[in-house]
Order: sequence, then C-alpha cells, then structure tokens
Amino acid sequence: MKVELRGIHKYFGKNHANDDINLTIPSGTIQGILGENGAGKSTLMKILSGYFHADQGEILLDGKPVKIASPAAALQAGVGMLHQDPLDFPPMRIIDNFLLRTSGDFFPNRKHAAQDINLLMKEFGFSLDPESYVDSLTVGERQQLEIMRLLFLGARVFILDEPTTGISAAQKAKLFETLKKFPEQAITAIFVSHKLEDVEKLCDRVAVLRQGKLVGQMEREQGKPFDNKKLVKMMFGKEAPLAPRQAYSQEGSVLRLNDVSVEDARLKIRNVNFEARAGEVIGLAGMEGSGQGVFLRACAGLIRTVGGTVQVKEKDLTGKSYHVYKNNGVEFLPAARLEEGLVPGLSLTEHFQLAEKAEGLFIKQDVGVKLAQERIAAFNIKGTPVSAVESLSGGNQQRALLSLLRTPLSLVLIEHPTRGLDIESVIYIWSKLKERCKQGSAILFMSSDLDEILQYSDRILVFFNGKVSQPLDAEKTSVAKLGEMIGGRGWQEEPTA
Amino acid sequence: MTTEMILVGLAGVLAAAAPVIFAVIGETISERAGVINLSMNGTILLSAMASFGVAVTTDNLLLGFLMGMFVGALVALVIAFGNITLRQSQVAIGFVLALICRDLSDFLGNPFVGQPGPRLPFAPIAGLADIPVIGTLFFRQDLMTYASYLFIILAWVFVYKTRPGLMLQGIGEKPAAAFVRGANVNRMRYFYTILGGAIIGLAGPTFSLSVKAGWKGTLSGLDGIGWIALAITIFGGWNPLRAAFGAYLFAFLQWLGLVLQPSLPGVPSQVLQVAPFPLMILTLLLVNIGNAEWVGRTLAALPEPTRRFIARGLRAMRASPPAALGVPFESE
Amino acid sequence: MKNTRISNFGFQILAVVLALVVTSLILIAAGANPLDAYKNIYAGSFGSFEKLSDVLVAWIPLLITVAGLLVTFSAGLWNIGVEGQIIMGGIATTWIVRLLQDTTTPPALTIALAILAGMIGGALWAALAGALKTFGGVNEIFGGLGLNFVATAATIWLIFGPWKRPGVASIAGTEAFNESVWLPTMGDTRLSLWALGLAIVSIMIVYFLLQGTYIGLRLKAVGKNPKAAYLLGVPTWQYSMMAFMLCGAFAGLAGAMQVMAVYHRLIGSISSGYGFLGLLVAMLVNYQVIWSVPVALFFAALNIGGIQLPIILKLDSSITGILQGTLVLFVLMMEGVRQRFMKRAGEKQ
Repeated sequence: MKVELRGIHKYFGKNHANDDINLTIPSGTIQGILGENGAGKSTLMKILSGYFHADQGEILLDGKPVKIASPAAALQAGVGMLHQDPLDFPPMRIIDNFLLRTSGDFFPNRKHAAQDINLLMKEFGFSLDPESYVDSLTVGERQQLEIMRLLFLGARVFILDEPTTGISAAQKAKLFETLKKFPEQAITAIFVSHKLEDVEKLCDRVAVLRQGKLVGQMEREQGKPFDNKKLVKMMFGKEAPLAPRQAYSQEGSVLRLNDVSVEDARLKIRNVNFEARAGEVIGLAGMEGSGQGVFLRACAGLIRTVGGTVQVKEKDLTGKSYHVYKNNGVEFLPAARLEEGLVPGLSLTEHFQLAEKAEGLFIKQDVGVKLAQERIAAFNIKGTPVSAVESLSGGNQQRALLSLLRTPLSLVLIEHPTRGLDIESVIYIWSKLKERCKQGSAILFMSSDLDEILQYSDRILVFFNGKVSQPLDAEKTSVAKLGEMIGGRGWQEEPTA
Repeated sequence: MTTEMILVGLAGVLAAAAPVIFAVIGETISERAGVINLSMNGTILLSAMASFGVAVTTDNLLLGFLMGMFVGALVALVIAFGNITLRQSQVAIGFVLALICRDLSDFLGNPFVGQPGPRLPFAPIAGLADIPVIGTLFFRQDLMTYASYLFIILAWVFVYKTRPGLMLQGIGEKPAAAFVRGANVNRMRYFYTILGGAIIGLAGPTFSLSVKAGWKGTLSGLDGIGWIALAITIFGGWNPLRAAFGAYLFAFLQWLGLVLQPSLPGVPSQVLQVAPFPLMILTLLLVNIGNAEWVGRTLAALPEPTRRFIARGLRAMRASPPAALGVPFESE
Repeated sequence: MKNTRISNFGFQILAVVLALVVTSLILIAAGANPLDAYKNIYAGSFGSFEKLSDVLVAWIPLLITVAGLLVTFSAGLWNIGVEGQIIMGGIATTWIVRLLQDTTTPPALTIALAILAGMIGGALWAALAGALKTFGGVNEIFGGLGLNFVATAATIWLIFGPWKRPGVASIAGTEAFNESVWLPTMGDTRLSLWALGLAIVSIMIVYFLLQGTYIGLRLKAVGKNPKAAYLLGVPTWQYSMMAFMLCGAFAGLAGAMQVMAVYHRLIGSISSGYGFLGLLVAMLVNYQVIWSVPVALFFAALNIGGIQLPIILKLDSSITGILQGTLVLFVLMMEGVRQRFMKRAGEKQ
C-alpha cells in the first residue's frame, strides 16, 4: 500500500510538533524514520495511526484521500501500529487477545481461531501456543503476536515504533527477517527509530525529522550502505557531539558482593561476586527483565538478597533496608520519575525539604527556598522553587532527581538515567554524574541503550536470563559484542550460574 | 436435627444468598469495566425501600423489581458521570452516595414502615422439585433464587466466553489496548457501570419482597450487607463463580451462627451477629497478604524449600484486580 | 489568578444551590413545603441561645473528629473506621470511670485519666485498621468498616452484659456516672467549656502540624506518592501507622467527650454518626484545615436543626443527612466541571 502525507501540520499549544511534512512512501518498501527524541516522529506516526488529528494536511492511501478518526479506523483503512510497549492484555491467553475485537460472532469459535493463528505462525515461522498466557511471553514474542494479529486484521501498512528496544539480538534478527518478507506481499513498513544501526540494516529509504520538520530523505543505492555521517548531521544539525571518555576510578572498595543470590517470581540470580571501586561507573546491560533491574535494587537494599553478603565501604549491610543503605551513602534513582522518584503535587522546595536531614520540628521556609534556588541554578533546572514537579519537562524532572542526591555519597544506583531525554539533557546529566565520580562516588546504572553503556561506563556487567557475566572492560568491547551477549550468544564461559 | 431439617436449612441458605449474589455479580461487572461502585450499601437499601413502596402502592411485584433495577442504574449513572465525565474520585463519590441513599431510604421510606406488602411466592418446579435431596435443595425456591442461579452462569459465560465479555475484560485491564481494538472505552464503561448498577438494584427487592419481606426503616437489618458484598467481590477475584461461592459461604456461615446459637449459651448473640465482619477481614487478609512488601522480605530470609512452598501458597490465594480499576481513560 | 479564585468560588456557590434544589425536590416529593422545613431547621439550630448551645455541643465531637480525619486524608488514607474509633474511645473512657469513680482517686485525676484512656482506646483501634492495611494489604475502607461493626457490637454487648444497669438493661445505656466526674457544663445548658476548648486546641494542633512541620510535609508526601516518599527517605509505613493512630486518638477524644461531657454514661449509639459526618466535612474542605471550623459548625447546625422536624412537620430528620450528602456530592461534581472548564479555557489560549 502506498502512503502519502501531504502538508501535515500539528500544534500542541505553541509547540509546532509537525511543520509541513510531505512524505511519499511507495508500496512494499521499508521506510525508516530517524530523529532524536522530541523531533516529531511519534506525533507524525500518531497522526497516521489515528491518535491525533492533523491541524492541516491530508493523508492518501493508494492515492485515495482518507480521514483517519481513530486507531480502529486506521486499521480498517489498512494502517496498523506496533507500539513500543505492546498493546496487548498480559493476564489473558494469546487466543483471547486475538479474539478481543469489536466485530465478529457473539460466541467466538475458538477452534477456528486457533487454526487461523497456527496457520499464520507457520507462514512467518513463529511458534507460540495459542492457549498460553501473554504474560509468560518475552517482549519479542509479544511483538510477534501483535504483528500476526494486525496481519490477520488486514493491515497493509505497519508502523513500528522503536521495535528493537528491549528485545534480544536473536529476536531482532527474527523481526527483521519477518519485515523483509513484507515487500513480497506489497505491505509497507514504517520503521521509527533513533538507532542508525537498525535503520542501516533494514530500510530501503530513510527520512529524517528534526524539530518538527522533515530535514532530509535518502534512498539506498543498490548494495551500498547509507552515508552515516550525512544522516547524523541531518539528525542533530551537526555531527554527533561525543564527549571524550573520562575515567575517575580511584582506590578503595565501595560495594562488595560476596556470593550474592537474588530472585523474584520469574528469575534467579545466583552467587554473584563483584566489587565496585570508588569513582567507577559500572553499566548493566541486558534486555528488559534479564535480571539487571532486580540486581540494581538488591544493591540498594530495596530487595532482600536470598544468599551471600553485601558490603558498602567494608560495612556489612546484608538484609538491611534501603534506609540503612541510604544512611551509609547509597542512593537509588528510579526510571519512573513521577511514579517512584518525585511526589506529584509537591513543589521543588518541598522536595529539598524532604530529602535533606530535618532539623527541629518546624520547617524554616526561607532556608528551604534558598536551598531550592541554589540547586535550581546549579543543575540548570527550568523551574522555580514553587513549581510543582509534574509541571516540569522530563529532562528537568531528571535534573531535579539528581539535584536531590545528598552529599557525600558512596554509591549511586540509577535505572535508565537518560531514557526519553533529548541529547542536550543526556550530555548534561552525565557531566553531573561524572562530577560525582570525581568526588569518589561509584555509579551503577542500567540502560537499554548500548551506546550509552559503552560511552559512559568503565566496566560493564552483561545480564542474560539471570546470568551475570564477568565485568568487561568498556574500552575493549563493542556494541556488536554486547548485542550478542544480551541475546545469550558469545558467552565465553558459564560465569556465575 | 434431622436430615430433612438440614436440607431445608441449606435450601434457605441458597435463598438467603440470592440478593448477595445479585450484588456481587453487579459489582463484579462494574469493576471488570474499571469502575468501583462503592455506593452498594446505600443502593441496596434504597432499592429495597423503593421497590417495596412501588409494590405496595401498585400491588404489582414486577413493577417493584423494575423499580429496584431503575434505582440501581440511576445511582450507577451518577457514579459514572462523576468519574468518567468529571474525573472525580470513585471512592469519594461512591461513599457519599452510600450515605445519601441510606438517608433517602429512611426519609422516603417513612410512610411504608411496617406496612404489609406483597411477597414473592414459592414456585417449586414441577418434576424437578420431587427429586430427592436435589429437589428440596435447589428447586423448591422462589423465582429470584432461580434467577440467581441463572445470573451466576450467565455472568460467567458472558465474561469468559463471549466476544463482548472479552472486550469487557479488556477495558478494565488495559483500556488503551481496547481502544485500538475499536472499543469506545468510556461509553462502554458507562454502559457496564449502569448495567452492573441495575443488577445490584435487584438485590434490594430480593430482600424486601422475598428474603426479608417488608420495610422497617433502619430496623430492616439490611444496613451493612452492601459493604460485605463489596468485600465478597474482592474475595471472588472478579470471577463470577468464585464470587458466588463467597456469597454462599457467607450465607452458610450466617445460618450456622443461627443454628449453633442455642448450643453455645456462653456466646452472646451480638458476637455471632458480627461474626461475618471479622471473617470478611480475615478472608481479605488471606487474598491480599501476598502483596505486602514485608512478606517478600521475610520470605527471602527463609531457606529455599520453605520459601518456595509459602510463596506458591500465597500466589494461589491472591486475587489481582483489573489493572485499570479506578483509573480514568483518556485517548490522548 | 484572582479571576480563577472568583470562578472557583462561583462553582462552589452553584454546588450549594444545586444541593438545596435537589433536597427541596425530595421534600416536595414527600409532600412537604421546603421553605417550612428550612425555616424549622434554622429555628431549631440558631433560633435561641439554648439551641445554639446545642449546636456547639454537636460541633465539639465533629470538629475533633474532622481534625483527626484531616491527618489521615493528608496521608492518603480513607479512614472509614473512624466511627469505630470514636466508639472505642467511649468504651475505654467508660471503663476507666467505672474503675475509679468509687475509689479515693481525686475526680479531676479520674477525668484526666479517663480522657487519656479514650484517646489510647481510639488510637489502638485505629492501629488495628492501620496494621491490616500496612502489613496485610487489606484496604482501610474494608478493614475499617468491619471494625466499625465489631465496635458497635462490643458496645451493645457491654451495655446488656457486664456493664448492665441494675434492674432492666436497655439500649439507653449504662448507669450514669457519679456527678463528681462529669465535665462541668455552662449554666443550665449541656455545653462544656472544657470540651469546647479541647476541640479548638485539637484543630489548632492539626493546623500547625500540617502547615508548618516536617511531620506534616512527610505525611503529605506519603499520601501523594508513597514509593517516592520512601526513596526520599521517609519511613513510609511508620508514617501511615502514625496517621492512623493520631486520627484514632482524636476520634477517641471525641468519644471521650461524648461520654464525659454529654451523656455521662456509655450509650448504644455513642458515636452518633459523627465519624461518617466528619468524613463528609473533611472531603468538603479538601485539606484546608481552617475551613473545617465553619463547615463543621454548619453541619452540626443541620444535625441539631433537624431534630424537631419529626415533631413539628412530621418529616424524618434524615433529610438533613440528605442535604449534607448532596452538598458534598455537588461540590465534588462541580470541582469536576470546573476542571473541565479550565482545561477547555486553557486549550483555547
């Protein structure tokens, strides 16, 4: 199916999210859409998939202008969207996920549906049991399920929103293999990403968005790769600004794990031995749910270890609660900023008053406001002491979280320090974190962005299905190597399992 | 006690559970769609009063029952409007309505207090009623008791086996995903909240025109049943079958209290009367304690086999609510 | 800023008008003249000095209860169990008085100990609901409701059993205390200045606690986002428990006042519904402690003004409950309307 976008404009208040976008995608091609966070990619895709209405402009499918009023209407017109976080129903069965739609018989025929599912799976080489529950699947398998469901419902245009985040290398290969079958059936795929490497491998054409505008397009010449430098320049307006790697590793152990075992309902991590030195940055790599999250929380005392001992600065804190860890100079920063990190409804000043040690019973307002002003200036937060935290942008919320860290600190544990932030904020936040390292704090962080892990870590731990690798020297490894390992390949030994 | 007496007693349990069944099934449907109807205690009282009033005035039982459903639907409509359209807290609105409806039943019901009224007749089912044991138990009842059996089965089949039922699960679980599948989430939430309310509204007349026929104002003995029914809904894990089991268990325990009272002279009657409430707390404790954080921490300190065993036990009992229960939906 | 404040006020006035309209319609449906009813309620509450003192008598337990509930509301807790906590306060107070009144203990000490016992009784009953919530995952609404019924049953059992009045036991209560341990009342009214003073002190304590202390700030943080509060270093479950127990202590104080200053005995309905009424007031003032003073007074006036309705107009006094409820309902609804309105205005800009 051929897709044409003509003169698309979209405003959010004063923000011009899409500024006169004109894009034609021929039938049966794989179109890449590149751009950094906030460039307007998702707005454009949400217009095409019926979530938003364009303020101006029109959409043509196979040459016919269409009005797309809702996601359901989009699918009827043949446009299906695969969301980054699959829109399925985890506590229900695969077959129920398939049957769950508005049209069809009152009593659905489960037998026929199971046959249909099995047929589709054969065609695309998937293997899932229709009667199994969705919450027992990996993110990659849930994507396969959604792809099949959309195909079954007649999607001829697929929008894939950052589909390679959080899936393994093997599943990524499988996904790409599936997508490469699309052109034969004249199905068009639109692949939205900020990862050059993926676009490189997969797409026939690329369009780049920056600050709401379509800044350039490129078509793959027979057998040749895209001109990476040119693409980067289009994305950022300049060549990617990468700070030189800095290492502040110092003498002295900050965190020592002896034979530590942790587990949750799905996963077991067994007998980890590890030591982090002062000033060191340790990156935890792995696909979502491989154990790095459980591990990070266990290092903060948020989850109790089931075996082994945890020492912070040579002090045994095994089995103690987070607040004991906190008193010993450990702080944990969660990824869900507004859900776990900040208190919506309270101002920045109130946050500082909460985070600092209280003196006396009554709050001294002027002291709090002064502190807030200092920190707001020091961390370059766009906000005032009385701003409610939920009114700040994502990048400023993350800065606010960092500004709440106390001094001195031995260890900072961070989940996804820069997820969803623009490049400027990413650089700023890491510069602040590196300052902490200079002062002697060690940092452990997890991220699904392998580039970030490689760029900022001194050493890397890779997680796969509860297994933990030996620490890798970041200077001597590569994204490709990490990508293989998080997918479960290329493990030299059976390290700790 | 003879076997016959026990059978008749148990048949009485089935009848006494009927109104509670309507209440928990109505609530289950409403909560499945994502809306808590906390007004249940007031709704039951008001629908009991109103349907009795209508039945007395018109001498028509059917009109009485319809009135009950109408009252239930109307209260649910207020909750739906306040929550879905105006985005106010379901708990706050439901709680206020529980109080308003109770006061309304007192105020408007005043003229009907103590009046003689019609009562749903027994309707043994010819043929089936004569089967030994089963006939006495199940088929010598009135129409609403039969209806309660039917509602359990219908609700279960609807929720798990039909396409709209799957969609109902969907809008309470992940409305965003139901939306992309073409559901008008908020309109469906309105529909199921009102439908659930109408079913809850059947509980009132089933009391005032059958199980506890008549209207005695604050002395009707109905105050509190709605709160218990809410707890039974949680106990039932939002599954009509398990909820119905909870309702029967509750009615059985009440009956047991009555039967045992003469043989336990040392236990004051007040203790047996409130026994359902601590029991309700206890069952809620059992289904919820697995979610508590300290349990996880304590378990982690135990040796492996014990830990496994307890964790499995807790997970089997645990009931997890629809993920979007109480969460308003906006399609961006 | 100023405009929005005026429009907020406008929406609230509209809510009051709507509540009055709906209540009037209900009165008309019951065949009564709404104006007569409202006139009667006014005359029955502010009509004479005696009535006014009765209003203040009702205001005292209500205000104390609201003070407690504002603490739990700030901590994000729906302490529906407050009714039972008032009852347990009353029971504990009665117990101490019965224990000490016939001994040589000075009456003043007996009174002080009895009031203290009431506060402890309420706090412990609240701790039970709190423990069920924090350690058992049982929602405080259900735990609290169950405990309310248990507390009521306990009162009735005590009145008909161990604390039976000599002669015929009756729901009217236990035998009256010795007059020496009654809280002194003003003139020939039932109003005790001591109780009034305690009520005012209670609401002031809560005002300063919530507005100006670290404890208040941490309670708010726990109420708005317990996970984040924990990561920021607030001992979350301890603060939840503290909120429950503070509220329970205030509720127990309210129960103690009913026993010591009003009835001088334990009666079957010692809480008189002040717990639920307090919840309505707390919802209505929406965390603004100062407003609870006039709103509680208004609600107390409605309660007292409704008493003579059955005698004079042959109307059930529950109509005042309906008015109170619809008032809260419409204020909630109007808040929703206002938010929609503001959002639309915001989009237009």
